[in-house]
Amino acid sequence: MSKSAMLDRYWFLTAPEVRFLEAAAERLIPTDEHGPGGRDAGVAVYIDRQLASIWGVHGRNYRSGPWPEGTPEQGFQSPLVPQEIYRIGIGEINDYCVRTYDRPFDQLAADRQDEVLTALEKGKIDLPSLSAKLFFDLLLRNTDEGYFADPIYGGNRDKVGWKLLGFPGLPSAAYRGHLDKSEPYRAEPVSMLDVQRNEAQLDAEGFVKHVMIKTSGGK
Amino acid sequence: MTTIKMKPVDAVVVGSGVVGSIMSMELANAGLQVLCLERGRMLDQQTDFAKPFVYDELKFDRHSDVFQNLSRETVTVRNNVSQTALPLRELGSFKPGEAVGGAALHWGGNARRFLPHDFELYSRTVEHYGKSFIPKDMTIQDWGVTWDEIEPYYDQFEQIYGVGGKAGNIQGQIMPGGNPYEGPRSREYPNPPTRATPQGETFARAARELGYSPFQGPTANQTQDYINLYKVQMLQCQSGGFCSSHVCAQGAKANGVSAIFPALLKRENFELRPRSNVIRVNTDSTGKQATGVTYMDARGRQVEQPASIVVLASYCFNNTRLLLLSGIGTPYDPVTGRGVVGRNYSYQAGGRVHVFFDDREFNPFIGGGQVNTSIDELNGDLIDRANLGFVGGFYVDTPSAGALPIKSKSVPHGTPRWGAQWKKAVAHNYRRSLGMHLHGSCMSYRQHFLDLDPTYKDAHGLPLLRMTFDWNENERRMLKWGYEKGIEIAKAMKPSSYDTRAIPVKYSVVPYQSTHNIGGAVMGADPSTSVVNRYLQSWDVPNLFVVGGSAFPQNPAQGPTATIGMLACWAADGIKETYLKKPGSMM
Repeated sequence: MSKSAMLDRYWFLTAPEVRFLEAAAERLIPTDEHGPGGRDAGVAVYIDRQLASIWGVHGRNYRSGPWPEGTPEQGFQSPLVPQEIYRIGIGEINDYCVRTYDRPFDQLAADRQDEVLTALEKGKIDLPSLSAKLFFDLLLRNTDEGYFADPIYGGNRDKVGWKLLGFPGLPSAAYRGHLDKSEPYRAEPVSMLDVQRNEAQLDAEGFVKHVMIKTSGGK
Repeated sequence: MTTIKMKPVDAVVVGSGVVGSIMSMELANAGLQVLCLERGRMLDQQTDFAKPFVYDELKFDRHSDVFQNLSRETVTVRNNVSQTALPLRELGSFKPGEAVGGAALHWGGNARRFLPHDFELYSRTVEHYGKSFIPKDMTIQDWGVTWDEIEPYYDQFEQIYGVGGKAGNIQGQIMPGGNPYEGPRSREYPNPPTRATPQGETFARAARELGYSPFQGPTANQTQDYINLYKVQMLQCQSGGFCSSHVCAQGAKANGVSAIFPALLKRENFELRPRSNVIRVNTDSTGKQATGVTYMDARGRQVEQPASIVVLASYCFNNTRLLLLSGIGTPYDPVTGRGVVGRNYSYQAGGRVHVFFDDREFNPFIGGGQVNTSIDELNGDLIDRANLGFVGGFYVDTPSAGALPIKSKSVPHGTPRWGAQWKKAVAHNYRRSLGMHLHGSCMSYRQHFLDLDPTYKDAHGLPLLRMTFDWNENERRMLKWGYEKGIEIAKAMKPSSYDTRAIPVKYSVVPYQSTHNIGGAVMGADPSTSVVNRYLQSWDVPNLFVVGGSAFPQNPAQGPTATIGMLACWAADGIKETYLKKPGSMM
């Protein structure tokens, strides 16, 4: 996996933002013996594409004021939309890192990055324009989506998220017969991106045909 | 604003979901000229939700355009009257629908009936435990109908929705393999039950060891190709998952779009008008007679639609809000306890036990909405609540709904939310865990209600509906007891570990819980505590019927949809058999 996400053309994010997100995604989902992490999975590309969609401006959310902060039980009440949360949040976190450690987040050592992320998660860093926890929770949610959503959205490259779980992606017509069977159903995952690239076989009904994995081992 | 005036119809039905589609069909069958108004768009399951691109968790579970578009209208929420309600800005706790077919487009297919006990909850509780057993602020009440009266309409609903299951009680005779505690049924389900998955079998073995009688829960996802009461064909479910929150490309999941509109749209005396957002029920100068409705069309024009009969058939929120916006019925006042519109709003309490195995592996992605193995002993009249100290109960199941990779990754308590340990736990447990769900009832309380928000407005400048709701001690006690029972079953599975969710102190709109909001326009025998009578007819405006989850006086455990469908069949029959012969109050 190879190709750095930096080579992609980004729709919304700037280069420093991409560096931040690749570094953060790699700490949230690190590369290890179970497979690639958030960086190589393309989480930054995923977040970029989402930010450029109507979700990036909360197009289907209620957006009228007044905007009191509310209680945690009342949910999202920030006047900022995701595009602003990422743009402002990354900028202010990098400012914090430069102020505190002399360099932006992506240039810190992994342990230090973990410390910063933990402090954001716990709301221990005071950002000027938004809640650190709000930023972190959104970043974690989007990183998770970017790692496990269909690769057609830019993340989950080579279906690494699905391979990690043993999730076969698009369902096959064989599921119905297998419903009450206890033997593990192990298949090479198939994505919408595979279908679009003509790299998957479909049956007459539109279900994908799975290629079964022979080995009984696994993760 | 100029108003366009349309040609009168016999009946206008507001909403095209579970209620709207059934009532439109039944009233059209009775020969009425019926118009169904739907605020959302028309859709075609086979082209809009085509395989294989329908299997898209991100697009549909997270961002589906068949969910209510909150940019135009939402509800405001608060836990109690001392707080300022704020708008639900993004979907979370519940997902109302906005399209032809309504929220049932994306339901999971849970087609359980309530128990006979549920319709007479207040009387039966008082009879068994005395009046003082009911907490002072609890406003539960009987429905004004009894099991024997409404059972045929459950049956009718099942014949429309092709419900698959195994009867446990046919006309009083207990049937092996079914739920022995269900109310007596007139006959067997129209379709066979689902097959138990290995997860379901694991649950069933443990439950049997403890003396429970497990059964396969009923489902409205077709267990075989089926031609329904309206001669519409639905295809067998393929067990591919992607059910709840999703639209079924297969058309295996019953709802208005798959089970009713294919036949109904062919009728000359029926018209469906999508993108028509009703904002008011109009009444004559006496206020005692509805003259029709006013809606906003897609171009933003105000349109008046005269009708002899008005049926509000939309979601619990919108039925209540339309009554409030139209000034029909007395709004509920939580201070005096008087008034009825908005009274007895409630939700669904629930819990989960996660069970982890090191030595067993499942195929959690295979399954479908309501492929589940269930028990019903913790529900209904079987429980002696004298020492437990709560009203209500649970059904418990282990579902194989098709575990999707973004939302269905259970990890044991104590696992960090991110990082290497989290990743390892996710990889290990996705295929080695099962969930046991406690589906709990939720009572109604004096301090929980719906009214109009004083501050926030919808896209037309009309006040949003305001919800005041929180969890109460009764439900917390019930959950605590449910978890004790659930943990016994979990232990009997001999897992490597199990854990439970925390019992919530406050109701939060953030995590998805269920789209089982009920009440606000409840049915009953007494006009001082109900908006509609036993026939779902407005006490104040006899040619107005308000049908749906809004009519539930409190929420039983089983999930609302089958009962909402049953009430639609029952209300339609009342109109056909009684009202049309002698228009006016049926009581």
